[in-house]
Amino acid sequence: MSKEWPLWEVFIRGQHGLNHRHVGSLHAPDAEMAIMNARDVYTRRNEGVSIWVVPSAQITASSPSDKGPLFEPSNAKVYRHPTFFDIPEEVGHM
Amino acid sequence: MYAQLVKSEGTKAREEMTPEEIAFQERIDRGEKIEPKEWMPEGYRKTLVRQIGQHAHSEIVGQLPEGNWITRAPTLERKAILLAKVQDEAGHGLYLYSAAETLGVSRDELMKLLHAGKMKYSSIFNYPTLTWADMGAVGWLVDGAAIMNQVPLQRTSYGPYSRAMIRICKEESFHQRQGYAVMMKLAQGTPAQKRMAQDALNRFWYPSLMMFGPSDKDSVHSAQSMAWKIKINTNDELRQKFVDQTVPQAEYLGLTVPDPDLKWNEEKGGYDFSEPDWSEFFDVIAGNGPCNKDRLGARVKAWEDGAWFRDGLMAHAEKAAARRAQAAE
Repeated sequence: MSKEWPLWEVFIRGQHGLNHRHVGSLHAPDAEMAIMNARDVYTRRNEGVSIWVVPSAQITASSPSDKGPLFEPSNAKVYRHPTFFDIPEEVGHM
Repeated sequence: MYAQLVKSEGTKAREEMTPEEIAFQERIDRGEKIEPKEWMPEGYRKTLVRQIGQHAHSEIVGQLPEGNWITRAPTLERKAILLAKVQDEAGHGLYLYSAAETLGVSRDELMKLLHAGKMKYSSIFNYPTLTWADMGAVGWLVDGAAIMNQVPLQRTSYGPYSRAMIRICKEESFHQRQGYAVMMKLAQGTPAQKRMAQDALNRFWYPSLMMFGPSDKDSVHSAQSMAWKIKINTNDELRQKFVDQTVPQAEYLGLTVPDPDLKWNEEKGGYDFSEPDWSEFFDVIAGNGPCNKDRLGARVKAWEDGAWFRDGLMAHAEKAAARRAQAAE
């Protein structure tokens, strides 16, 4: 029985100076082929200047049910945003 | 459309829903996207696998009618354009398979179901492409109809499907325009070339209308899919939009839409037109279209002939990994 090619997650840097961004996934036998396939599947129209591929099995993701405990605490910390502080207009731009 | 007659799990009235299902529906109603690992009703997952899988299969099988003309394109430029277009279709199939895979089904499993005749692809690809003008008609009409369906699907509730549609829609406009450019060239050519263009329109008009699926009154699976925002518009709405958009384009070409009853209806602000022959549609879907056996046969052959190659690359990858592990010891 044939073995299915493993799945890879593909990240592309769109332009110099930007972060790599997740664009999708694909199957490939190894990392070198994953890069070549990613070139053909995800950058046919100059979408990128650099490609990362990562075996999907190597990604650890937070669980949707942890959304509350993970992210809610920061909701309460409104003072982390500059707009929390009123600066008198006379002070000028700050 | 590319996903015609997708069987959806039955619609549930709100009082029959579990609290989880109600919360899920409310998220969709608020316009939130559903992401892979989040809780979803089993029916939502199953319907999506069917629809995205069918959509992916259509992109892949859809390469065959056009692939037929790559070696016979009239100029090198047309050949390069057609190659790029067919390569895009392969890409679209791959985006969609990977969206389906986030729902816990593998690409190879979906392929197996297609090859066993247990999953469908769009009826349109079971028609032959007999002349070069068919490359024009397919791009103009078939990709035109696909765009009509795919643009609203960019807003679909399932995140990975929506993102695949956004990527596809960006590329699809090239497909339609290159098709229309082929038609323009022929329509402005010799009388024989113009006849060829007319003949292609005659053969592809009704099969293109069928792409949107049966009339709303006969479309049993729409309600639940629309509630889940897996489907955004009804079949008839999209078909009407397609006719309204396409008729003026045919007029510009100086070609005649093969429907004697086609008439502008001022009151509804759209055209009245003849329905396609639905018995033909169901026949093609059931496997009895002019090219069903060829199309599926070509896919199965490609899969089987490619097995040694897929296995060879896998074996090479495993060997290389073992060598690297040994060197590291």
